[in-house]
Amino acid sequence: MAATATAPAPSRPGSRSKGDEVAHLVTLAFAATVLLVAVLLVWNLWGASAPSRGKFGWGFLAGTNWDPNALDFGALPFIYGTVITSLLALVISIPLGVGAAIFLAELAPPGFSSACTFLVELLAAVPSVIYGLLAIFTVVPLMREYIEPALKTAFGYLPQFQGPILGVGYLTAAVVLAIMTVPYIVSISRESLLEVPRDQREAALALGATRWETTFKVVVPYARLGILGSIFLSLARALGETMAITMVVGNDTTLHASWFAPGYTIAAILANEFAEATGKMYTAALVELGLVLFLVTIVINALARLLVVATTRKGSAKAQ
Amino acid sequence: MKTSIALAGILLAGSSLVSAQAINGAGATFPYPIYGKWFEEFRQKNPSIEINYQSKGSGAGIAQLTAGTVDFGASDMPMKDEQIAALKVKALHFPTVIGGVVPTFNVPGVTDLKFSQKALAGIYLGKITKWNDPLIAKANPGVKLPSTDVIVVHRADGSGTTFVFTDFLSKISPEWKAGPGSNTSIKWPVGVGQQGNEGVAGMVKQTPGAVGYVELIYALQNKMSYGAVENAAGSYVKADLDTVTAAAANAAKSMPADFRVSITNAPGKNAYPIASFTWLLIPTQIPDAQKRAALVNFLKWMLADGQKDCAALGYAPLPKQVVLQEQKQIAMIH
Repeated sequence: MAATATAPAPSRPGSRSKGDEVAHLVTLAFAATVLLVAVLLVWNLWGASAPSRGKFGWGFLAGTNWDPNALDFGALPFIYGTVITSLLALVISIPLGVGAAIFLAELAPPGFSSACTFLVELLAAVPSVIYGLLAIFTVVPLMREYIEPALKTAFGYLPQFQGPILGVGYLTAAVVLAIMTVPYIVSISRESLLEVPRDQREAALALGATRWETTFKVVVPYARLGILGSIFLSLARALGETMAITMVVGNDTTLHASWFAPGYTIAAILANEFAEATGKMYTAALVELGLVLFLVTIVINALARLLVVATTRKGSAKAQ
Repeated sequence: MKTSIALAGILLAGSSLVSAQAINGAGATFPYPIYGKWFEEFRQKNPSIEINYQSKGSGAGIAQLTAGTVDFGASDMPMKDEQIAALKVKALHFPTVIGGVVPTFNVPGVTDLKFSQKALAGIYLGKITKWNDPLIAKANPGVKLPSTDVIVVHRADGSGTTFVFTDFLSKISPEWKAGPGSNTSIKWPVGVGQQGNEGVAGMVKQTPGAVGYVELIYALQNKMSYGAVENAAGSYVKADLDTVTAAAANAAKSMPADFRVSITNAPGKNAYPIASFTWLLIPTQIPDAQKRAALVNFLKWMLADGQKDCAALGYAPLPKQVVLQEQKQIAMIH
């Protein structure tokens, strides 16, 4: 890319450079649109949330009460719900997704691998409401009858695994999110594993490494950036997921320590309450929640970038 | 180039062919099944008028009416004074049908339940946590109640159904009135939220020990069983079209001029206590003469022939006195 950009200008500057200029301007305009949409989004959210920002200030982020009748609003139960369901989902989906990707890219017979990949990509395209229905009819009863009671017996001494078992709640939402995000991790991780040059594998094998050692010490570290990318994409999807979560998270505005308890996410409460919200303050508080979701996404993306930068440096230092 | 102009021409011609007088409305989802049927029937009788209705929720209906982006609104909850004050053009409330909200339950081994007012409020306040609680048992002699945990289910999405249900709880329980109160969304003391009637019904159906509330029409259409509720006269009444209509009978006698009235916990031995009107919100001034004529015609038709559609869809029709009073109010649109 950089090489083409700095290539010497064409010898005939006439019509061709004009065309270049037009192309430059057109693409610039397109790129600017993206930026403009983001800026307008924040501008709009900022403006429409003014009453709520004025009344609650920074306390909005730490407030745990959400009472549309008393017009007292706090975002903490929703921030917690959004972050905890997404993180728990990743805890489940990363080993599953990366493991499956390694198998499909490195070990599986090609025919089986491409069949699986096709199915995985199909899963990634399933609308989330379908996952929600699947969750209500299969995941929720499974969680209520088997998984949550088992977890309660095993880890009941931790506050996260105490309290009544309802089947819906933070943990069920996380499991559903994990199911929804695994296809992304598998699909993108597999691509980046396949892009690892043949030389790398051959070199490792030539040095006497076994197949496993080659995979884990050479191929996976080489594809690290792609795998991380797939994880961040899943995280972004998990943070913003709405329909499926609304159906299984329990939609309770109270903050609970237990992962079995019903909770709420920012996207879910926006979907549930915005249409019927009346009055300036109520609407403003919901808009401010949208702003908070935007912030949470930015913060998490920034952390992700930092992680990438840090690991890349470590990698290059190793190479020296 | 030429083809695109020709295409545009065809499109324009096409749109002018179907350019019936379009009237746009938005609001409550609860009466949407019957509104949809009404608007379609009315269009068949008057092909030149097309009423588009977006069932986005009562709040959205009021907001859009206030912003002036729709010709009329619809709401399951009468407009509050401050909402009326925010309107640029005064709007009239027209009750259209009456609906009920029923408690549905999943108690192992129990097929029929009576809910006393104290028990229902206690359950939703989180004070009654077991099904064999004395307060529940007292109203259900002879029923073998298990010691299962009570799992409370409520609507998660803002809804007129929630307003009607919490309006009833506020009337029967001072503690509820002082605490959670009534609104389309409230701060629930306890329980799990689910989206829509189908979400609540589904959760109750598959969770042993669960109790929830759904619209009467939803329960009827899905042949769900539901409990009887103690009314203001102290008798246990099961919701059906007759008992819901009976709830409106008293309000019909002393209907306020602006139709903003709550009929939950209505007096009368046969009155079902969790019932409510739903309203169309029509501006008093409609500058466009064609639109005005169309809306007036629709209202007249809705109050006469339209009411005959109610029973088939599970809504209770308006009492006669209310219809007469509304017909007079139509004259205020100009």
